[in-house]
Amino acid sequence: MKRFFLALAVYFISLNSLYALIEVDITRGNLNPLPIAVSPLHVDIKSVEHEGVRVKELGNNISAIIEKNFKNTGLFNPLKKEAFVQKPDIAHLKPRFEDWRLIKAQALVTGKLLVKDGKLKVEFRLWDLTAAKEMTALAFTTTPSNWRRVAHIISDKIYERLTGEEGYFDTRIIYVSEKGPKSERIKKLAIMDQDGANTKYLTLGNELVLTPRFNPTNQMITYLSYFRNMPRVYLLDIETGVQEVVGNFPGMTFAPRFSPDGKKIIMSFAEDGNSDIYTMDLETRVVERITNHSSIDTSPSFSPDGKYITFNSDRSGLQQLYVMRSDGSNVKRITFGKGIYGTPVWSPRGDLIAFTKMRKGRFYIGVMRTDGSGERLLTENFYQEAPSWSPNGRVLVFYRETKAGSKGEGFSATLWSIDITGYNERKLTTKTDASDPSWSSLLSK
Amino acid sequence: MTFNTNLKNIFLVVFTTLILSACSTGKKSGDMDGDVYTGKETVKYLASGVPDRVFFATNKSSLTTASRATLRKQATYLRKNKKLNVTIEGHADERGTREYNLALGERRANAAKDYLMTYGISGKRISTISYGKEKPVNPASSTLAWSQNRRSVTVKVN
Repeated sequence: MKRFFLALAVYFISLNSLYALIEVDITRGNLNPLPIAVSPLHVDIKSVEHEGVRVKELGNNISAIIEKNFKNTGLFNPLKKEAFVQKPDIAHLKPRFEDWRLIKAQALVTGKLLVKDGKLKVEFRLWDLTAAKEMTALAFTTTPSNWRRVAHIISDKIYERLTGEEGYFDTRIIYVSEKGPKSERIKKLAIMDQDGANTKYLTLGNELVLTPRFNPTNQMITYLSYFRNMPRVYLLDIETGVQEVVGNFPGMTFAPRFSPDGKKIIMSFAEDGNSDIYTMDLETRVVERITNHSSIDTSPSFSPDGKYITFNSDRSGLQQLYVMRSDGSNVKRITFGKGIYGTPVWSPRGDLIAFTKMRKGRFYIGVMRTDGSGERLLTENFYQEAPSWSPNGRVLVFYRETKAGSKGEGFSATLWSIDITGYNERKLTTKTDASDPSWSSLLSK
Repeated sequence: MTFNTNLKNIFLVVFTTLILSACSTGKKSGDMDGDVYTGKETVKYLASGVPDRVFFATNKSSLTTASRATLRKQATYLRKNKKLNVTIEGHADERGTREYNLALGERRANAAKDYLMTYGISGKRISTISYGKEKPVNPASSTLAWSQNRRSVTVKVN
């Protein structure tokens, strides 16, 4: 992977009207998505061809990505371009607000771009059509091949301006790509942009790989590999491709995750059949044992301040969720509802824990407060598990498996996302079957 | 005193019988006892009369009476073949979370290993590996398939 945006130059054209009329409330399911018009970006006629980039179509392509991002949130309703009333370049200078209001748009995105001297210059404006004023504007310069990221960054800025929360479009998802019959699946690590573009495979499929997770602070991932038939937690730098085993454990290590500062890995280590939770500091290589119990302790996840750990244990007899201090003290069970629970993941906002619940042969993805109160089940299915948070803590991505027939036919594994409101359940497009998704932080943060 | 001890033993026996009968109240239907597989459909053999695998109840790693009998046959076989080493693979069905299933497979493999060791087989001859739900022997999504997949399998390594 190339280092993106080394030459990113961001400057604000203007930042007026902090008191806009339009606002999108993302804390509730949105049954009336905000009508928004995304005008194609005007391509400056001084633009020159650039290898591998269709310059003439770039304005349309960028706006199409922005539209798709918005549509996928469920919070916005991008309007059809046929109804658009002004040419892109003219609208970008100053929209005729009353005309855009006629097509029921409440917000308008305009922009222009120039490809010259091997650089892509883009600027965009977001207009509040009701208040008839500019809400935000931004311009930046990058290499032309980064044009998809430009579209995602613009989407993030607009989302941020309209919802008051950080966006999640300039992000990637790492997952396990699956192929082949159910009892002999070939599994590879794969990475793609949040919208399904730019799929790349990071392993060849020679050994079983599972549960990749992003470091929230950089481009490292941790995952479980059965390399040489020894299941161990590995660390992989996706920029350089360098990988290494984490620690020197005389048995299986699994269920890895990074600490919020990215400096430690927390995971399970199985010794003589019993799984407990350990951390390893990636700089000092110091290993610490966090739990010491004769039951299964696994699926650990830190709180964003690093002070607490939530984990899965069957010390009560069946799988339940627990919270403890990060030194292993003060262990408290937080789930007492009917059914059993697994895969607790602390929200990056700190307010909620997402989990998998199993009850009467059905699988649920849900969220609860960190003391176990306020449980809300968001989605029910034959099999689904392993939620991962969007970096703004508003959306969960997870995977589903279908019921297979007597020869394993009809089996599939797919990625899905759902808002924590319980609305906007959506299948993610992947090139192959997919499982174990993990959402990255914002790349351009 | 003797009488008392005998009485105690009788109580213990009665008590144990109660527990055992409580455990086996699950329905016996076809190739399942409760939800533990008892059939032979997927079973392979280390040698004639020595089955390679034992089966478990949902979320459990405890050995059933039938499993212990199978493992004793494996122990006898391993005692006769002193140079033979084995790996015990632990597996889970697909009806649990992936990470918990990895831990569960590990526990099942070690339950089998520990039992072989109590019958005199050195732990050095037995390695374990958990595959969780990753390698189902029966790919169907049915209670029968799941019972066949909750297993530990003893595999020769040399």
